[in-house]
Amino acid sequence: MIAERLAEFLSFSDPILLSVTLGVVLLSSTSAIVGTFTFLRKQALVGDAVAHSVLPGICLAFIIGESKNPIYLIIGAFITGWLSINLIHKITKTTRLKEDTAIALVLSVFFGVGIVLLTYIQHSGIPGHSGLDHILFGQAAAITRSDVHVFGMVSILLITSVLLFYKELKTTAFDSDFARSAGMKVSFADLMLTTLTVLAVVTGIQAVGVVLVAAMLITPPAAARYWTHDLPLMIILSAIFGAVSGFMGTLASYVLPNMPTGPWIIVTITGIAFFSFIFAPGKGVLFRLYHQFKVRRRMLTENVLKDMYMAGEKRGNHNNAFTLPEIAAHRRMHKEKLQSGLNKLYLDRFLKKDENGWHFTISGLNKARRLVKIHRLWETYLTRYVGIAPDHVHDDAEAIEHYITPELEKKLTDELDRPEKDPHESEIPYD
Amino acid sequence: MDAFFVILTGSLVAVTCGILGIFLMLRRMVMIGDAISHSVLPGIVIAFLISGSRDGLAMLIAAVITGLLTTFIIQFIHEKGKLQADASIGVTFTWLFAIGIILISVFADYVDLDQECVLYGEIAYVPIDLWILPSGIIMGPRSVYMLGTVLLIVVITILFFFKEFYMVTFDQDFAVSTGLSVTLWHYILMALISLTTVASFESVGAILVVAFLVAPPASAYLLSDDFKTIIILTVFIGIIVAISGYFLAVYINSSISGSMTVMAGIIFAIAWLLAFRRRNFQKSLKIIKF
Amino acid sequence: MIIHVDQPVVEVHDLTVTYERRPVLWDIDFTLPGGILAGIIGPNGAGKTTLIKAAMDLVVPGSGFVRLFGKSLKEVRSKVSYVPQRRTVDWDFPASVYDVILMGTYPSLGLFRYPRKAEKELALDALRKVELEDFKNRQISQLSGGQQQRVFLARALTQNADLFFMDEPFAGVDAATEKTIIKVLQELTSHGKTVVVVHHDLQSVAKYFDWTIMIHSRLIASGPTSQVFTPELVEKTYGGKLDLLTEVAHLLQTEKLPPRED
Repeated sequence: MIAERLAEFLSFSDPILLSVTLGVVLLSSTSAIVGTFTFLRKQALVGDAVAHSVLPGICLAFIIGESKNPIYLIIGAFITGWLSINLIHKITKTTRLKEDTAIALVLSVFFGVGIVLLTYIQHSGIPGHSGLDHILFGQAAAITRSDVHVFGMVSILLITSVLLFYKELKTTAFDSDFARSAGMKVSFADLMLTTLTVLAVVTGIQAVGVVLVAAMLITPPAAARYWTHDLPLMIILSAIFGAVSGFMGTLASYVLPNMPTGPWIIVTITGIAFFSFIFAPGKGVLFRLYHQFKVRRRMLTENVLKDMYMAGEKRGNHNNAFTLPEIAAHRRMHKEKLQSGLNKLYLDRFLKKDENGWHFTISGLNKARRLVKIHRLWETYLTRYVGIAPDHVHDDAEAIEHYITPELEKKLTDELDRPEKDPHESEIPYD
Repeated sequence: MDAFFVILTGSLVAVTCGILGIFLMLRRMVMIGDAISHSVLPGIVIAFLISGSRDGLAMLIAAVITGLLTTFIIQFIHEKGKLQADASIGVTFTWLFAIGIILISVFADYVDLDQECVLYGEIAYVPIDLWILPSGIIMGPRSVYMLGTVLLIVVITILFFFKEFYMVTFDQDFAVSTGLSVTLWHYILMALISLTTVASFESVGAILVVAFLVAPPASAYLLSDDFKTIIILTVFIGIIVAISGYFLAVYINSSISGSMTVMAGIIFAIAWLLAFRRRNFQKSLKIIKF
Repeated sequence: MIIHVDQPVVEVHDLTVTYERRPVLWDIDFTLPGGILAGIIGPNGAGKTTLIKAAMDLVVPGSGFVRLFGKSLKEVRSKVSYVPQRRTVDWDFPASVYDVILMGTYPSLGLFRYPRKAEKELALDALRKVELEDFKNRQISQLSGGQQQRVFLARALTQNADLFFMDEPFAGVDAATEKTIIKVLQELTSHGKTVVVVHHDLQSVAKYFDWTIMIHSRLIASGPTSQVFTPELVEKTYGGKLDLLTEVAHLLQTEKLPPRED
């Protein structure tokens, strides 16, 4: 049964189904595009407030117009949605209430008014009211052909506006103070963003409903943020994520009986966001853990190299084999850890192994010497310039020696004028 | 009698939410309260499926677990995922709420909750949903008992730990410097919010409960500068909202909880207006203080 | 120049603190004797606030530790008082001057106990000391910046501590308040208490402080003001930028590297 419906869906042989799917995908990606700016402007929850506040507008439009003509409903929704944003600003400006209180207040009271109107409509039996409650959770199946046309037009309008006012939107989204000081019309860009947000919410509602439409604005950009810092790319990614989830939502509600579309769209998009949060290169959690692991391993192997070098200094040559106890004499380190460090160095060909013990390769010896040099240079720098006592500099240098880039190394050598000895009178090895 | 129970339920919701709402408002965490009120939904549905009834205790336990989980997820995404605070809240609660709705749809045959009820509750059914003892004695509406218990828990906790809540709310750094754990008190507050939202859920729903959390405290805060007076005013406003909202609903034949929210909005508008006047004629108008 | 003392009241040992992975304090190491009024000075962003936050366990150090009275903060918490920067709290909070000052007695009361006569007397006494008797029931948002700062000072006084850490108590206050505050602080030290103050006004350093700590990410000097507050050291604190140190700090932040091996 389910497989059958799935096959039917994916064949797109049904023209109505096709237009519904197209409509939802279009709505989802459009709200994701606008949402990117809302997200960057840190107005995500304002979007939520707008979403709830359009309900009374839609109901009023229905009562007055006595029809579910999408144009009427959009106009009604636009008026109350727009009003809600302005009310939030007005409250925070004229009272000591903070933004979160103002948002929650406007959101819930407007929604309450909407519920009163909605139940009033249901009780009074105005003809054609059935289906109006779909705006609460969205019902893709209820979207008609003419709806799709209207929403297609709104989507095109939104995307064109974003393209036209891209520069203004971008500047205010990142830094409204800067934009103001640069003489840009922030209030105009804010008005623009407000208008776009309201329109995006109004269209998104058809797909996911009043309660969840905020996620259509917030979650796609939140997911995209993990993949890129580049704004145009972020917008495109958000739009794709939005589209994919719109498609999945429609599919779920078609294939599974009695399933609302909205929640499935949201679950999909949040799934994408969580996936990004864990797996995205650079900002994802796994990647950061891996990075930490790599830094730790680098510290381990470099410490082993350094310890070998210093053991060599002690006995006066670096060419003969080093025994395990010799290497381990310098610091407390677990035997297994030391062994794994040695193995890694062996694999990287910094060390060789024979029956007497471990040997440096040429590049291994160079690397070891460089590390010891940087360690001692940094100790010298800390005592000489930063004014830290010689007996306190070792721990700091133990970490920093692993990070110094060749450029910093050169600067360090120059600034200290190539010193011969470190604060502990150990010789600094140069090539 | 039915009217009495509806108004009583509304008042219990308004008072419990209002008291907690004051702390949320002053800590700038109202939207986390909003998030919890949505995200307890999957917890409720799961508790329903496991216990097979609207048994109060199972619901309350599930509420605390999901509420704290929500707070934790928001914190986690914000700190570990480096996602800005507002977006962390938005992503988390919409996701949990969506899961709740899907669960309701999947288990529609087993769970006695419909989607609309989730949003704005069914306070009108409160008087018919009675608590009947095995011996057959009718104890009265179930919701009233559940809400009464939660109110008691909230009031006792706040009374006992008023000092700690007060310090943590006003000056976090100072509170920490004296050895208090801001995190612990944060989670206690969130647990109380979760209890309250779930207990109020059936009567006023997920979104309107936010109105009860925010509107009475916000109105009281505009009218007074004194903490204790704000608490008393909040309780008072909450009860007025419940009574007037009920009669408005009867008059226009509409949703009761929705009408209560409308009244909460109207009272806020009046308080706002008075606050304007108070600012302009600071000397002529005395600050309310009990 | 760093002058150490025996049996210090405050001992900062090898303290390194990172903020969002950027080291803001490197290897800070100094000791303070008891019964002094000490000033921490340094340019903006030098880590002054971070230093006293580290002393109060409000930030977690990357390495090193702070000992107060030879013990960890946990053991001596009741003897230590902290005054945050004025702008860290919301002054719209519904509280009166007296409410906030009384808060200083809360820590010593512990759970379930509320202020009685003794605590109230203590609060009233503090109110008098900072010369705010007339403002007892005033809502805190209706105070001037200087008055708000005095409320914070009074709250600290009711804690009956022996050691005080204050973050910028002289920032943005009027001349009268500055005089009152310094009088109160000097009275504290004359009773053998120790006061450590984050300060930004170089003009008054010599006049106010017995001891001066100069930092700019690293410690430049710590010692009696007469010895360390010299034009050379001031120049070194405010002038000399350490490009290399800044570059390395930046590297740690961008590459997400830990400041210490663990």
